[in-house]
Formats: sequence, structure tokens, C-alpha cells
Amino acid sequence: MENGAEMEAVGGGCDGARAAVLVAGLRRGFASGRTRSYEWRAAQLKGIARMIDDKEAEIMAALHDDLAKPHMESYLHEISLAKAACTFALKEMKRWMKPKKVPTSITTFPSSAEIVSEPLGVVLVISAWNYPFLLSIDPVIGAIAAGNAVALKPSEVAPATSSLFATILPNYTDNSCVKVVEGSTPETTALLEQKWDKIFYTGSGKVGRIVMTAAAKHLTPVALELGGKCPVLVDSNVNVIVATKRIAVGKWGCNNGQACIAPDYILTTKSFAPTLVDAMKRTLEKFYGKDPLESSDLSRIVNANHFRRLTSLLDDEKVSGTIVYGGQQDEKRLKIAPTLLLDVPHDSLIMKEEIFGPLLPIITFNEVEDCMDFINSKAKPLAAYLFTKDKKLEELFVKTVSAGGMLINDTALHLANPHLPFGGVGESGIGAYHGKFSFDSFSHKKAVLSRGFSGEAPARYPPYTPQKQKILRGLINGSIIALLLAILGWPRD
Amino acid sequence: MTPCRVPIPLLAFPSRGELVPEPLGVVLIFASWNFPIGVSLEPLIGAIAAGNAIVLKPSELAPASSNFLANSVSKYLDSMLVKVVPGGPDVGQMLLDQKWDKIFFTGSSRVARTVMAAAAKHLTPVAVELGGKSPAIFDSLGSPRDRKVAVERIVGAKWVSCAGQACIGVDYVLVEEQFAPVLIDQLKATLEKFYPGLDCLSRIINEQHFQRLTNLIKDPSVAATIIHGGSLDSETLFIEPTILLDPPLDADIMNEEIFGPLLPIITLKKIEDSIEFIRARPKPLVIYAFTKDEKLKSRITAETSSGSLTFNDTMVQFACDELPFGGVGGSGFGQYHGKFSFDLFSHTKPVLRRSFLLDFTFRYPPWDAWKLPFMRSVYHFDYLALLLRVLGLKRR
Repeated sequence: MENGAEMEAVGGGCDGARAAVLVAGLRRGFASGRTRSYEWRAAQLKGIARMIDDKEAEIMAALHDDLAKPHMESYLHEISLAKAACTFALKEMKRWMKPKKVPTSITTFPSSAEIVSEPLGVVLVISAWNYPFLLSIDPVIGAIAAGNAVALKPSEVAPATSSLFATILPNYTDNSCVKVVEGSTPETTALLEQKWDKIFYTGSGKVGRIVMTAAAKHLTPVALELGGKCPVLVDSNVNVIVATKRIAVGKWGCNNGQACIAPDYILTTKSFAPTLVDAMKRTLEKFYGKDPLESSDLSRIVNANHFRRLTSLLDDEKVSGTIVYGGQQDEKRLKIAPTLLLDVPHDSLIMKEEIFGPLLPIITFNEVEDCMDFINSKAKPLAAYLFTKDKKLEELFVKTVSAGGMLINDTALHLANPHLPFGGVGESGIGAYHGKFSFDSFSHKKAVLSRGFSGEAPARYPPYTPQKQKILRGLINGSIIALLLAILGWPRD
Repeated sequence: MTPCRVPIPLLAFPSRGELVPEPLGVVLIFASWNFPIGVSLEPLIGAIAAGNAIVLKPSELAPASSNFLANSVSKYLDSMLVKVVPGGPDVGQMLLDQKWDKIFFTGSSRVARTVMAAAAKHLTPVAVELGGKSPAIFDSLGSPRDRKVAVERIVGAKWVSCAGQACIGVDYVLVEEQFAPVLIDQLKATLEKFYPGLDCLSRIINEQHFQRLTNLIKDPSVAATIIHGGSLDSETLFIEPTILLDPPLDADIMNEEIFGPLLPIITLKKIEDSIEFIRARPKPLVIYAFTKDEKLKSRITAETSSGSLTFNDTMVQFACDELPFGGVGGSGFGQYHGKFSFDLFSHTKPVLRRSFLLDFTFRYPPWDAWKLPFMRSVYHFDYLALLLRVLGLKRR
């Protein structure tokens, strides 16, 4: 029975055959045409919004299970942003769905043209473990708003949230066109072997490459939301207390540093570093107290693997010797305290890989310009931050540093603005989303040109003559005389 | 190039947001052989406008054009930053082993898969401009003059366009059974008018493609459906304009992109059946529809998907710079022309600027119990509640 086969596909053990059944089911759902209507899309989005309201407690509990995520963070960064995405899409969707008229030129006179947004079809969303609720539902919201059928594969590294999705999402959405598939590498591989109309992946560059390689077999377009080392350049000309608060909340206040847009490392001048380090220590104590491992306002490290990965970054004596604050660890509870390191060697592992944890290196240079050169010597990050009151420095930073997104005098906030595209560049990713950018990411913009049968230019056709060429040149260059001659049907047949 | 301001929700007050386009960096452009100059220069122009450095690899199947580009680009452009690298597949592979900030490819799906797989190693974004079987739906048009114009436009998109070797050419025509004879007569008349001799017709690019096209009509069940033309000259690589009426739908000629001067006409009971016919097949680069029936037009627009859709003409959509040009599904992804080219080769970087002035304590840890309700009020845009909380008049 069809339902049975599809239910099997939802649980673990989704192999090639079951993945094919899943995709076929979604294709049937899409082919039925139901996802095209505004009513269907709005109903799904309203369903998701209701789900977020009804199940807020369960969502917070799952996030706490998976990450020991503080309730405030769960609310701020996951629940409210997901709800806002639904609300924004519901408010704007009719406008987004409307075809956009565009001007036409003399070359095709008389004609009318418009750009029509249509869904790509059947899309796959693969989510990450650090914001397991938001990073699953946010792209799904965009896919639905654009009229697609969608399969969601939540991250197995956040199992409580994954299983919550599998349980509750089917109760609030149309199961013929919205499906959740749980599983790990084998299941993801099976899904990636299928043909999708778009694949949206959030996670690491390593797996991003695997996703894109699989997509290449079917020439499936991809969006990859990856990471990188997000630098924070701190000028001496700042309100240092506010700056450290904003850096701290963007680092440790975002899943204890396990966030793609969390500040990865700080750059500042040698002369300002002592002031900055001092202020940062004071801020950290204010936020998390004298014993941060006991603070309930810090997420734990997601699992033993990542705990080991992070602690081994400090194995090198040349690195651990630069710790100026923090460094406390509790392996049993998978907790690492906010840790500041001053001037680690540039070639150490901690300065080569994305940290994705509560360790914050501070690198100093003589001049602020050297700091910018350092940033540009590395791969383009997902976000770059600058703290300064110097407008000239600000302009220079915006002009010379390339990053997915940029924030001046704050961190992480740009994520919450639906009018700004969120995505990477270079190693930090391909494509962008949030707000209308989500809708566009999951749409095909079809060019529709409408002509009549007047305004025919016989000059287009063979046998070719020099006179015909003259007219065509004129037409293409927008010459009124050429247009008139063409309308008059010259040269005559 | 000018950054554009974006509205900021009150939640992030005070702050200023804008979108700043920046070049991706160093891009690689692969051009195809059928419009070797046009398909090389159009993306090149977009990449330059967006501020990138470029390597262009023209197709080795069009060596004269390739050499022309190699010689001219260095004369007219900054050769430090715009380079032409002619050569065959081995040169292409060598280029693909490098890391690029974007790869733009025009050509066949087969090669596109290799390009995208190579790009995946470096997480390089790609745009692939492919082809497909672009159909022309031919409805009854009422007036003979309109029919004449329509058929001329179809011929223009088949044989006039590089002897059918064009991605946006008409691959096959769909027509109601009862109107097929009228269409065929008009096609023949137009061909006679346009091609009294064969000197205005392009030849097939090379022997390999000539053989491929010959094979498409070799099958007796296909050859039997030829109603016009059909002669081939392997010496000069010319194929006569050829029309087929209802070849078998499972033959290669109805499953592969023809890319040559053979035009199958498929008849249907009703013209509306063309929608189902097209939907059952991979999404083409363009759908052409000749009709005055507004209802049919709406149905075609809503129920089919293609890179572009053009009513009552062919080819000209390519010249509209306000319309994006590119495929969907099997016909590719990524769009260009006009500003779409600029955007394709740019990274649109969002920049949010804040000041140090206003700073809300409830944003920061420790997250005492009173802070969560504050944030809820802010996120619900419930400014009255927020005000009351700030004034201490509302606790829960």
C-alpha cells in the first residue's frame, strides 16, 4: 500500500529503493498541481506557524536534549525566527507570486514581457545540527512559499529535534507534498542519488562537496550554506564595553560558538589588545559568572566527537600557552568554558580550521590595515565583522573584504533581517535565502514574451541582401527609422 | 554597481542595511561552437561589468572563431585580466582542475556534468546553459496572413538559425491533425522562398554531428515519415531542410535534442494535448506557442515549465535584455543577459551598520527570567507591551 511504503521511508533505513519511492510520491504530489495555488501554500505556512505555537515547549525540550540550549536562545534564535519567517512569507507571498512586467525595446516592438515565478518542483532540504529546528524549517518555509514539494532530512547529530520533526510536522502539513526523512550517512546518500529539482544543504564544506558532486550527476542546482572563519576586526576607536558585549553574545550566546556566523577570531592592534582583553574578561564574568561550566546560559558541546575536536585544538603547547582566560573543560557533561587566547601562532590548527566552539583567538598586528590583509589572505568567510567609529575604515573594510555578509558594530544580527540575503561566497557557500531570497532560491524565473503578428520584419529572413542587413542593424540598435521601415515591410518580398 | 538600501525592521533599530555587489573574482567561461562569437562575448561582457578577471575557453569545434577571439581580445581588452585559452577537451580539463570563483558553461548536458563535478571539488558556483527539445505549439490562427508570418518565424527558428544548430531553435512542432496539411504546405512554400538555392543555409559543424544527424533518420520507421527533403551530402556536410510527419515517439529523433535541420511535426487530436505532451518530457530551454487563444496562453504559462516562453514569435526573446535568459531542469540553471549577467557574476553582499548608541540589556546573558518575556514582546512587534515592561508596569 502506498501509504505504508511512504511511512517506511520516513523512519530509519531509507535505502535506494525507499528513497526512489519517496521521490516518486513527491513527484505525484507536485504533478497534481496542488502546491501551485496560493491557498495551499498559505495553508501549509499557517500550519507550520500553528505547529511552532502549539509545540513550543516540546521544541525547547528537544533543543535542550540535543544541545543543552538555554531557553532564551531557543526562543530568540530558533522559535521566533522560524515564526517570523512564516509570518513574513504569509504577508508577502501574494506579491512574490505575481508576475513582474518588464519593459521591451524597439527590437521586439510591439510586444509585452513579464517574468513569471514558478516552483522548481521537488526539492531536498538537508539540515544541520547546531540550529536544528530553524535550519530545517526555514528553508522548508521558502520551498513551500515558492510552491514546491519538499523532503526534509534533519541532522542525525541532533536526534531529539530530528525525531520531533518526524512526529509533528506531518500533523500540520500536507503529507503528499511535505515529507520528513530521518537517518544518517547511508540515508542521506540514498537521497542524494535521486534526481531532485534543487538541493538545499546547510553544513560543512566537506559534505557540501559531496552534495554538489551528487547533484552534478543530475545537473541539479544547489544552495550550500556552509561556514568559515568569521573574523571580527576591532578598532581602538570604539565603545569597548558595548563592543565586547556584542561580540560575546554573538559568540557564546550563539550555541556556545557552535554557529556558522559566530565570531571565530578577533583581530586588533597590539596597542589596543590589552584594553580589549580586559573588557572581554569583565563582560564574560558578567554574563556567565566566575564558574561558567555551571552557567545554564551556555549550550554544551553537541557530542563527544566535537568535544575531542575542540580540546585537541588546545593540545599544541604553543596554543594552550596563549590562553589568557577560561580553558575549563568537563568531558562528562561535554562542557567547555568561554576561552580567550592571545596571539596563537598563525599556522596552528586553531587558526586554520573553523573553530565552531567556545574558543576565541585574538590575533594582533601593528596596524589595522595589516589585520585586513590577514582576513583577505584566508578563504572568504560567511560573515565579517568590524567594530569602529572611523567612517573611512568602515568604507575600506566594506570595499576590500569579501564575505557572505557583513556587520558593522555588531555581530550575528543580520541573520534576523528578512530583507538581507543570507548566504556565503567562495568556500562559505553558494546561494542565499531568508525573506524573498528564500522564495527566489526555490523558484524558476520564467521569461515570457508575447508578440502579435504585426510588426513583421522580412529583413530577418533569407535570401540575405545588404539592404536587409542594414535594416536589421538599425532594428537591433533601436533605430526608429529602421523600425518604421520594418513596419512598412520593407524590403518587399 | 551602486549599493542599494534595504528596509530594516524596527527590531534592529537603529541600523542601516544595504546590498553591495562585488565581483566574485576570477571566472572561467566555456563557449559553445554554434554561435561561437556571441556565446563567448555575452557572458564575457557580464563578467567584466561585474568586475571580474576572466579566462575564456572558446570551442575547438569552431577554430576560426576561436583564433579570432584569441587574437582580438588581447588587442582590445586588458590582457592581464581577460585571457583567451583556445584548445580541446584536454585544455578544458586542465582548466577545470584549477580553482575558480565561478564557471559559466554553454554546451551539452554531458559535458556540463563533468564541469559541475569538477567545480564541486572547490565549491565553485556554476551556471550551465544547456539545450533540450524546444517545441513550437502551432494553433489554428484563423487568418492566412498570420499563418504565413507564424510559419516564417518557425522556419526562422529552425533552418535560418544555423541550420537548426541552436539551443533556442525550434526542435519539433505540435499541431492539431486537421491543420497539419495547411502547416506543411506553408512550411514548404516558405522554404522555397527563403532557400531558392542552398547558399544561405549553414552547414553541419563537423562529420561527427553530420553522422549523428544521419543516424537520426536512418531508421526505416523514421525515414518513412519524411515528407520533404531528406538528402544529405557528406562531402559538403550539408543536409537539406527536412520535414517529418509523426515519426515514432520512441525513436531517437523524438528523444534527443536534434540540433540540426530536421523538423518533426507531431499531430494531436486537440491542441490542448500539447501541454500534456510537453509536461511528460524534460523541461526545454524555450517553449514557443503560436496562438491567439488567451485561455490556451494562460494554460501554457501556468501548466508548463521551460527556461523561457515566447508567444507568436521565435528567437527574439534572446534580444530582450530585460528578460533573464537561461534554462530550468534539463535545460540548465543560472540566468544571464542584461543585469542578470551582472548579478550572475557578482556576490551581492549584505552590509548592516549599527551604532553604539542604543543597547538593550535584555539581549545579553545572564538570561534571567524577566528577559524572555521582553524579547517575546519585541519579536511580536508588541511595542505597547514592550513599553509597559520598560516602565515596569508589566511583569509577566
